[in-house]
Amino acid sequence: MTPRQKRFVLIGLGLVALAVASMLVLNAFQSNLVFFFTPTQVANAEVPTGRGFRIGGMVENSSLTREGDGLTVHFVVTDMAKRVPVTFKGILPDLFKEGKGVVAQGQLGADGTFIASEVLAKHDENYMPPEAADALAKAKAAGAQSSNTLIVNPR
Amino acid sequence: MNRFLIPFGLFVVVVGFLAVGLTLNPRELPSPLVGKAAPEFSLPQLHDQGKTISSNDLKGKVWLLNFWASWCGGCKDEHPVLIHLAQSGVVPIYGMDYKDQRNEALAWLKEWGNPYSVVAVDEPGRVGINYGVYGVPETYVIDKAGVIRYKQIGPLREDILEKKILPLVRELQNQ
Amino acid sequence: MIPEIGHYALILALCVAVVQGSLPIYGAAVGNSALMAVAKPAARGQFLLVLLAFCCLGYAFAEKDFSVLYVAATSNSQLPLQYRLAAIWGAHEGSLLLWMFILSIWMVAVSFFSTHLPEAMRARILGVMGLVSVGFLLFMLTVSNPFERLIPAALDGRDLNPLLQDPGMVIHPPMLYMGYVGFSVAFAFAIAALLGGNLDAAWARWSRPWTTVAWCFLTVGVAMGSGWAYYELGWGGWWFWDPVENASFMPWLAGTALMHSLAVTDKRGGFKAWSVLLAIMAFSLSLLGTFLVRSGVLTSVHAFATDPKRGLFILVFLAVVIGGSLVLYAWRAPRVGLGGGFAIISREGMLLANNVLLIAALGSVLLGTLYPLFLDALDLGKISVGPPYFDTVFLPLMTPAIFLMGIGPLAQWKQASLPALAIRLRWAFGVSLVTAVAVPWLMGQWTPLISLGLLLAFWILATILVDLRERLLQAEGGSIGGRVVALPHAYWGMVLAHCGVAVFILGVTMVKGFEVERDVRMNVGETATLGGYSFRFDGTQQVNGPNYVAARGTFHVSRDGHEVTMMYPEKRRYFVQNQTMTEAAISPGLLRDLYVSLGEPIEGGAWSVRLYHKPFIDWIWGGCLVMALGGVLAVSDRRYRLAWRRKEAAVPAATQMARPTVS
Repeated sequence: MTPRQKRFVLIGLGLVALAVASMLVLNAFQSNLVFFFTPTQVANAEVPTGRGFRIGGMVENSSLTREGDGLTVHFVVTDMAKRVPVTFKGILPDLFKEGKGVVAQGQLGADGTFIASEVLAKHDENYMPPEAADALAKAKAAGAQSSNTLIVNPR
Repeated sequence: MNRFLIPFGLFVVVVGFLAVGLTLNPRELPSPLVGKAAPEFSLPQLHDQGKTISSNDLKGKVWLLNFWASWCGGCKDEHPVLIHLAQSGVVPIYGMDYKDQRNEALAWLKEWGNPYSVVAVDEPGRVGINYGVYGVPETYVIDKAGVIRYKQIGPLREDILEKKILPLVRELQNQ
Repeated sequence: MIPEIGHYALILALCVAVVQGSLPIYGAAVGNSALMAVAKPAARGQFLLVLLAFCCLGYAFAEKDFSVLYVAATSNSQLPLQYRLAAIWGAHEGSLLLWMFILSIWMVAVSFFSTHLPEAMRARILGVMGLVSVGFLLFMLTVSNPFERLIPAALDGRDLNPLLQDPGMVIHPPMLYMGYVGFSVAFAFAIAALLGGNLDAAWARWSRPWTTVAWCFLTVGVAMGSGWAYYELGWGGWWFWDPVENASFMPWLAGTALMHSLAVTDKRGGFKAWSVLLAIMAFSLSLLGTFLVRSGVLTSVHAFATDPKRGLFILVFLAVVIGGSLVLYAWRAPRVGLGGGFAIISREGMLLANNVLLIAALGSVLLGTLYPLFLDALDLGKISVGPPYFDTVFLPLMTPAIFLMGIGPLAQWKQASLPALAIRLRWAFGVSLVTAVAVPWLMGQWTPLISLGLLLAFWILATILVDLRERLLQAEGGSIGGRVVALPHAYWGMVLAHCGVAVFILGVTMVKGFEVERDVRMNVGETATLGGYSFRFDGTQQVNGPNYVAARGTFHVSRDGHEVTMMYPEKRRYFVQNQTMTEAAISPGLLRDLYVSLGEPIEGGAWSVRLYHKPFIDWIWGGCLVMALGGVLAVSDRRYRLAWRRKEAAVPAATQMARPTVS
């Protein structure tokens, strides 16, 4: 092979590698991106069915109950506008508290209960995961516009 | 074209996004209420259910409005700061007991101390919605004309108090 | 008074850094020896000043000086001394000081171990490092001064985050930063070479040991971070693809690619422009990591408290340093010229493919880390990119890279024969294939991923054995022992590091394939079984720590009726921040870890409990340690020691080439 041909082969191989890598990335993005929704969006049925997503908001006060097995817990996630009941079987993270922000990942069950496979209460110097704060802000913006008492623009 | 410039080009794109990302600081949610008149309220008092407290009563002085609740962990974090501030007597603090049980709130104040001049009870959380409360605790600085001048989301800290709130309060008091 | 001394020391250090970053570089440009000679004393002086500042902050922590804002914010009078000292780097300001301190350590090291470099080169290297430290000192003095006073002083501090009150925290950040900041040396070498226009094999040889040492530290640092997450977060996971973890992993990938590309530049004179770009990339990614952790643009488990002003400063700094170097690169690199030609099937070809794959993997991690930010910036919604993304992208990219890792060392430089390689490696391939199928079958659980993992691990080991056998047969020195000694350290280092990768892959495969976990509710006296072990819960009792109170559970672990161990997981409540912490109990072992963590108390003394049986998990970190040891061994190679002893300028490349060496 001449150096010129060799160079073409090398560039060709590089492009193939790039193509494969981007295909992998796109494919993975398509199936593995976890979208984030607010309780209001859940209530308005704007969420995907049959695939997982995350919801965020605040754990409603005194909504946490525990079943007899000691492992299954029920609580309500709210964005102050709409509420979503959540069921989770497992051990809650240390930072999970009523009245604090939470992000749960899972699927929406047929009865409208969110079946969480994972509950995240991230360690944060501040008191609420940003996704949860965003959900609350959005709900408030929507609520405020409908009630016309104030104009809130969270961003 | 110089192919050695490609890395620089990619880098410029990334920096562009990072710069936009900075402006979208996910934790800082600017309050649209700062600079606007504080929403009015008239609510029963915590310690004396018969009496009410109204935002109109407070016109003419600079005051702090602190949303708190006995169920809120962050409120306990900031509580020593509030007590300290109340003892200094620089500015009156009015409490807004947010979505709380009366007896629990009273017990909480008894145990940890009461920094508030008066505590209003916002059991259904309606005033909280008007103020755009994301979560408790939150603290508002309200001036003599009843305009919100500053909003603190999350627990107060000594350094925030020293650097932002107290200078602002002094300035507003001198107006 | 002491904090003010620290503050002044930082200001003085900034002045010295400005001098160090300007005069020597100018001197090198105009050929003025006197100006160039400033670099060395300036680097040492700066080190002493930063050391002084560091000690001042340490003193403030040790003496509980809560009139220093940073001390009051990150420690507490009840906090034990070792954690008060670790609290120096427990938050933003102090960890920057640690960054700076480590940068100055590297500068001093360069000033001592660079006597064999040409004068202009040394002046430029130290000058570039001086410029980097100007940036960091300015950052500290303007928006994140660790010595800022709090008047009146706080009565007590707000305490160090309980998650960070852990022995791992004492050593993990310094290790990680040694790695991060260590890449600044490779970066400075690259920029100095671009400035001087002398990008040659000698440049690669000089920067190789520095790169390798930094890489060793980074390897250990990343591994320790993973270990910390494993035992401290109480979730049994060891890697979460969290943005901050990615921020430390990306420079590691770039550094790994750089080490291999420098080998080609050193031996064959090829890949010069590419090596320079990688050196810039490795350090840029370290800076990007610093930015991501501190600016708050991404949220993560261990992000620092954020301040937009700081984020802006780092972003501007990032743009100046990286943008500037990339422009310099675009300007100078075209003149570098290509090295010796090579066929596609050759060691160069394999290393190139390995580099491309590593960088592709790096790119996909970078994309996954920044993608939520991109979408948010374009207002397309909030998303999170979770571990499944990284797993599905990373694995297919690394598989061929690992496969090539087995072949590369056996291929000749310049031109290798594919059929000959196939013949030399057929046994290695056969053995690893059989093992990969047989082992999971014997263990009673077969999945494609387990087999793939085992295949890769055994492939590495088998090819190393083939290579070792061939080299030992060829080596001079008579007896086996003599032949072992005759092979250079650099070679043994590579063998060891590659073995480390195999050990790591084995660990990951076994844990992913065979771990079991159970969440159970356990009454006092109740027994749960998992992975052949019986765990009997004997209830909890209250234990008082120095700054926390804990419920400590007692578990009797037995297997086939024989007692194996006792385990004591805790649920702690730290007083100052009133924060609950799960402290898992781990019974480590060569072949398995047992892991117990307490959930929540349920009525009647019962608890919800999480149990794990994790086979081979310690091999993950063991593998990393072996990799790092390999790096250490490679750096101890004779040729570097010779080079350091030589006062004169570089050894002519030709004499080096003649010696039987390997990459």
